[in-house]
Amino acid sequence: MNIPADLKYTENDEWIRVDGNTGTVGISDYAQDQLSDIVFVEIIVAEGETHKKGESCATLESVKAAADIYLPVSGKILAVNESLPDKPELVNSDPYGEAWMVKIEIEDASELDGLLDAAGYQEFLAKKA
Amino acid sequence: MTEPLLCDLSAPGRVAMRFPEPDVPLAELPSLLREDLPLPELSEVDVVRHFTRLSKLNYSIDQGMYPLGSCTMKYNPKINEAMARLPGFALTHPLQPIETVQGNLLLMYELQEWLAEIGGFAGVTLQPAAGAQGELTGVLIIRVYHDARQDFKRTKILIPDSAHGTNPATSAMSGMQVVELKSDERGNVNLEALKSHCDETLAGLMLTNPNTLGLFDENVIEVCRLVHETGGLIYGDGANMNALLGVVRPGELGIDVMHYNLHKTFSTPHGGGGPGSGPVGVAAHLVDFLPYPVVDIIEEGDEELPPLFGLVRPKQSIGRVKSFHGQFGMMVRAYTYLRMHGPEGLRMIAEHAVLNANYLMHLLKGHYHLPYDRICMHEFVVEGQWDDAPDIHALDISKRMMDYNLHPPTNYFPLIVHEALMIEPTETESKQTLDRFVEVMLEIAREAHETPEVLKSAPHITPVGRLDEVKAAKELVLCCGVGSPSD
Amino acid sequence: MFVPHTQKDREAMLRTIGVSSLEQLFQDVPAAYRFPDLNLPPAMTEMEVQQELRSIAASNESMEDLVCFLGAGAYHHYIPSVVDAIIQRGEFLTAYTPYQPEVSQGTLQAIFDYQSLIATLTGMEVSNASHYDGSTAVAEAVSMAHANFRGKRSRIVVSPALHPHYRQNVRTFNRSELEIVGDADTIDPAQGPEALEDLIDQNTALVIVQYPDFFGRIYDYTQLAEKAHAAGALLAVAVNPLALGLLTPPGQFGADIVTGEGQPLGIPLSFGGPYLGIFATRLEYVRKMAGRLVGETVDNRGQRAYVLTLTAREQHIRREKATSNICTNQALIALAATVYLSMLGKHGLRQVSELCYHKAHYAARSIGALSGFSLWSAQPYFNEFVVRCPVPVEEINMRLLDEGILGGYDLGNDYPELANHMLIAVTEMNSRDDIDLLVDVLAEVSND
Repeated sequence: MNIPADLKYTENDEWIRVDGNTGTVGISDYAQDQLSDIVFVEIIVAEGETHKKGESCATLESVKAAADIYLPVSGKILAVNESLPDKPELVNSDPYGEAWMVKIEIEDASELDGLLDAAGYQEFLAKKA
Repeated sequence: MTEPLLCDLSAPGRVAMRFPEPDVPLAELPSLLREDLPLPELSEVDVVRHFTRLSKLNYSIDQGMYPLGSCTMKYNPKINEAMARLPGFALTHPLQPIETVQGNLLLMYELQEWLAEIGGFAGVTLQPAAGAQGELTGVLIIRVYHDARQDFKRTKILIPDSAHGTNPATSAMSGMQVVELKSDERGNVNLEALKSHCDETLAGLMLTNPNTLGLFDENVIEVCRLVHETGGLIYGDGANMNALLGVVRPGELGIDVMHYNLHKTFSTPHGGGGPGSGPVGVAAHLVDFLPYPVVDIIEEGDEELPPLFGLVRPKQSIGRVKSFHGQFGMMVRAYTYLRMHGPEGLRMIAEHAVLNANYLMHLLKGHYHLPYDRICMHEFVVEGQWDDAPDIHALDISKRMMDYNLHPPTNYFPLIVHEALMIEPTETESKQTLDRFVEVMLEIAREAHETPEVLKSAPHITPVGRLDEVKAAKELVLCCGVGSPSD
Repeated sequence: MFVPHTQKDREAMLRTIGVSSLEQLFQDVPAAYRFPDLNLPPAMTEMEVQQELRSIAASNESMEDLVCFLGAGAYHHYIPSVVDAIIQRGEFLTAYTPYQPEVSQGTLQAIFDYQSLIATLTGMEVSNASHYDGSTAVAEAVSMAHANFRGKRSRIVVSPALHPHYRQNVRTFNRSELEIVGDADTIDPAQGPEALEDLIDQNTALVIVQYPDFFGRIYDYTQLAEKAHAAGALLAVAVNPLALGLLTPPGQFGADIVTGEGQPLGIPLSFGGPYLGIFATRLEYVRKMAGRLVGETVDNRGQRAYVLTLTAREQHIRREKATSNICTNQALIALAATVYLSMLGKHGLRQVSELCYHKAHYAARSIGALSGFSLWSAQPYFNEFVVRCPVPVEEINMRLLDEGILGGYDLGNDYPELANHMLIAVTEMNSRDDIDLLVDVLAEVSND
């Protein structure tokens, strides 16, 4: 299971890559594996909107499951990955790269402290199994 | 060979069905006239052969055992079909004056009474169209009951983790907050977990009993007492009523409201996914909230005259849940079935449904892992996986069963058992049929260890093999001639 | 009865299980409540039960004895013999929901045929595998529109000329979250769809109308669709599918959702059910639509095949997040409609819808010419129309019943302002003689 060391994670299997005060959000390798073949992605937030941490930003569907993706931090949406809905399979093939979902302007950096680092996420997954 | 679609069979100019020429002067046609009507053009022979060939691609109860857990796929008597088609029933209009449909109303009245007697309830509505709609009706009744008492805080519904997916969906649709309750190690509702949720926000608890593990909840009396003491109500999911006919009346155990599935317990056919029928029974304190209309006697009879039946609206009714009076054709079938059984016959159904399930469970034990080793009711769950056959999943076992001309059990449900195979034989299968089922299951268990590839590639003898479900969901083709939105 | 066990079988099975009696299998059931005496009538044989049911059925007056001019959402049409012959086949009748596609291709492909026919008939891009009936299909349209706007639009504009049962249903299932306007006492049902336009605002999720409407009238809803769309709302049109053999399909008006009561398509009256809920929409909304859906794909042998698809929308996966709790469809009834539409096809459906139209217009002209009776609306209509009567409808219907005629629907039941107004339905089953007899009896009423 690929868990890049430079990202932060949530217990709902989202990741966030922090670059200055910009966060990029997607779902983890573990999550895509659990869902299996992703057939549908809908991003339900739009550029310019402001959202709170924990609000839903995207919906994913595989043949056998559905998942809501939540924002790990609060802030203004800077960009959404417009090409992802046309290529949902990217979530399976490149969850940490091309399958990013939204970029967000991090409003309160202290919210990041509540997230898991790579080791913490690994431990969390191990406990779940 | 693949059967063509209707649109591919069409040949311009072919006509199967003609109507008489108009016997009245023609009126001018309206301006909102459709330009074209590209429906297929077929002959009667085309139509009959197309659908007959399609029918042969289906597995059905009429062909063999159909052990889907929680679906109660029992034999559907042919007499039911004949009775529902009597012109006196089939050719009556739902809005006829009640004086002209006293037969229908009598039948509905008696069916209400009999279902109430079987379930131990004070009143029954026949209106809900299916189990899920019955459930929604029941949860709305719970909500409106609390509202009527000005007890608006009660919005929490407790649902055990072994429940059907419909239970949480129904509660959410009714504006309730869903809280999941863990089962204990014997498969019962966990009483400690329940106690921690018993407060002034508790609207009710949805209980499937026997539950989806096929186990009768040993704490049921205590569960009902705890919920009632705190002011909540108990919803009973009656999907598994086949185990309880003449055995126990859920209303007497403390269930306040429960739906029945006429298409499971009372032998009306599943028809490939409907029509069903989901009557709801309620205890005395909820009778006024039933959806309208219900059938009642509106003028008592005497020595000469029979009583007059009519359609009435309960005082605090939640409203109408369906147009007209419900799936009446299904009621005629269930009435016929009940009339043929009587009280002893009903108990015999439950006893033999439970006998068959326990017989199968005992013969499979040791070959398939049994997560809850207790006397079961009408169904039981085994695991479709072995540590020493790591590639094999429940799905592979199911697909392989088709090669032996058997329908698989319910897969991957309940969620609390890994690789679940949920098996419900029903009372209408004989010992010979069950013995053959066991023989096949043991053979498949052997294959799983010795020649697993034969399971992974199954089924082999069915009209089609395993399907590409990802393609179906990604490249949506949902009707003839209409392609995916992306092309 | 249907339990096949012999005494010998039972004893052998109990021995295998390791219990001595059937009663022992029920030890988990609290003893105080175990094995109650049920007060039910005793068992009958098939022969007796058939006599009993025949006698109950015979105490009804059915369309075998009566000439029917009653509609109001359920219609007496001719059903080709092939329909029942096909749906009685055990392979269709006694199969479960097609969860195992390898052994359910018959049901799956028939549903795909159904979806194709309904999409064509309604002029929409996609149809689901059906809902319970016309009323629950409308309730699902409301849930879908609400979900489409993620709950941010809460107003539902409902035409007062939508079937009263459908309106009641929408209210039952939407108790607090939604504001339902239009149908109450605010709008005179005699007005057309333009009366709804002022009610559409930026908070409106859905506008619902019927076509032909409950009173039989046909309106072009193009302008209403434009007004709805201009406000960002959706338009749902509830149809009589048989009328679409003749009339412009709602897809051409710009409808976003088409629902309907499929009963006229080869389904017997059967005292109100089982019927068929039609539900079609545009592809862009397909994931918001509830209910089963069959899609085309291939199997591992390269053959074309069918499977339930987009199941991730459904309750068994989404649980409390699903927009609907619906599990089943009306598969067997959808099959009946599929066979019916196959039998009638392009020409037959047009022919039967024209027959209904012409016969209704003959009846309406004849009744409208009677003194004391008049047509309530000048709007074009399909096969149903409203007549103002000189005396209460109930009284007229008793006279008609004496002559073997089932009269029209008493609109005063649902619309107080329409007391003494009768809704009359005419179909291909009514001969000119039947219609003349109706007119003669009404003439007697007007002469009294």
